[in-house]
Amino acid sequence: MKHYSAFAVAREALRYHTGWERAWRSPEPKKRYDVIIIGAGGHGLATAYYLGRNYGIQNVAVIEKGWLGGGNTGRNTTIIRSNYLQDPSAAIYEKSRGLYEDLSQELNYNIMFSPRGVMMLAQTQHEVRGYKRTAHANALQGVKTEWIGPERVKELVPIINIDGPRYPVLGALWQERGGTARHDAVAWGYARACSNMGMDIIQQCEVTAIRSANGRVTGVETTKGAIECDKLGIVVAGHSGQLAEMAGFRLPVEALALQALVSEPIKPCMDVVVMANTVHGYMSQSDKGEMVIGGGTDGFNNFTQRGSFHHIEETVRALVETFPMISRLKMLRQWGGIVDMTGDRSPILSKTPLGGCFINCGWGTGGFKAIPGSGWGMAQLMATGHSPLTEAFSLDRFKEGRFIDESVAAGVAH
Amino acid sequence: MLILKCPYCGVDAEETELTAGGEAHLKRFGPGSSDDEFHDYLFARENPKGVHFERWRHSNGCGKWFHAARCTATLEVFGTYSAQVTEPPQEIRDAISAKRPGWTWREFS
Repeated sequence: MKHYSAFAVAREALRYHTGWERAWRSPEPKKRYDVIIIGAGGHGLATAYYLGRNYGIQNVAVIEKGWLGGGNTGRNTTIIRSNYLQDPSAAIYEKSRGLYEDLSQELNYNIMFSPRGVMMLAQTQHEVRGYKRTAHANALQGVKTEWIGPERVKELVPIINIDGPRYPVLGALWQERGGTARHDAVAWGYARACSNMGMDIIQQCEVTAIRSANGRVTGVETTKGAIECDKLGIVVAGHSGQLAEMAGFRLPVEALALQALVSEPIKPCMDVVVMANTVHGYMSQSDKGEMVIGGGTDGFNNFTQRGSFHHIEETVRALVETFPMISRLKMLRQWGGIVDMTGDRSPILSKTPLGGCFINCGWGTGGFKAIPGSGWGMAQLMATGHSPLTEAFSLDRFKEGRFIDESVAAGVAH
Repeated sequence: MLILKCPYCGVDAEETELTAGGEAHLKRFGPGSSDDEFHDYLFARENPKGVHFERWRHSNGCGKWFHAARCTATLEVFGTYSAQVTEPPQEIRDAISAKRPGWTWREFS
């Protein structure tokens, strides 16, 4: 792999950019791997990367039905934050946010991490109390957040209307080192690093069955033939239920559509991420100048990767009230992704009833921010059988009543 | 936008008039049941990519709960039916069989 640097750009500029090579190889699958990861999205690739980096397990294949990073990794609103109420959540999301800080340097791939600050508006008294509580919890967890008043909100986001008639801004939970990153680049950077370690990334290869013997996984059948493995990681977000069925167990997961939209590009007007959970909307401005807007999920089971217009209307209507200047903006694109929601709105990173088979799913509406931390914990779990980061997120927590109830803590989208 | 016919008031209701109520025909387990039964009742869901039976409430209309048979992969609606049943009626099953031969959902087919 050629190192990316300013020098490399200059060198290639002198020879008409003919010397760049493909960022990752696209090999045919081998007969056997130590570890197979199903799903070449951010979480799957990060898992493979940290298996190699932290545990020296490099005989790894990452199998992808479609194309690399083409699922929710390429469909989210790229927000990174770790201001969660519950301790296990704060631990894994803060680990993740910390890894994002120098991920560009580590992967030698510019993921454009921009710690511009994330602001979660409190627009009801209930939210004020909730976020003050979260700020105190974060202080104990070692996550740097603070409660700020409406004047400071206005100072940080001049385009905001803090005394709207229905939803006045009463303050906000502010995480200064939260922000955004280039979502595709995260997948591409991990893929390049994995490929460089000799791992095989096999795209356009759908898993059709999971093979097992004596209660232990032995391999997978795919559209490119059967592949054997010692350990299997299922990291497929929306289709986790289908893969779990192949492996012979069920998941407490339902698939819903979550949608987002972007406006036409405008001049820089907002340099932080603003989330308004009461009105179900969040917005940030991309480096291209587009306002990136996300809302709530459809309430019903849905695998169509489409959204519905009335949800857009609800989201935009609420945001226009808080940001009056966006009322004339034209929206350019809208898309949907399939999110896998668990009963407590927290993810599942766990061993499964099938020996040697592990699952990482249930990230729901907030998986992008967790990619490095999730990969880190999942790799530890798969390599050693135990990880303090993922311990609380095991599959049996539902039966045992150990919920990590972020649905109550966050209210809505998180 | 999803449009479901409310079997009680007969209105073709748009999604905004309705509230989704999750998977239908759950068998309820309470005190005295095993941990596994209680877990499955509370959390385990079919979540199929295809034929799905679910509960809806005509919340901004007549207010009644009812059942719907729908495809989660295409958003096609096979039909709606009364809430006072514990399994999908034959005509709904026939309507699904006409479009999705060989379908199954839990023990129904």
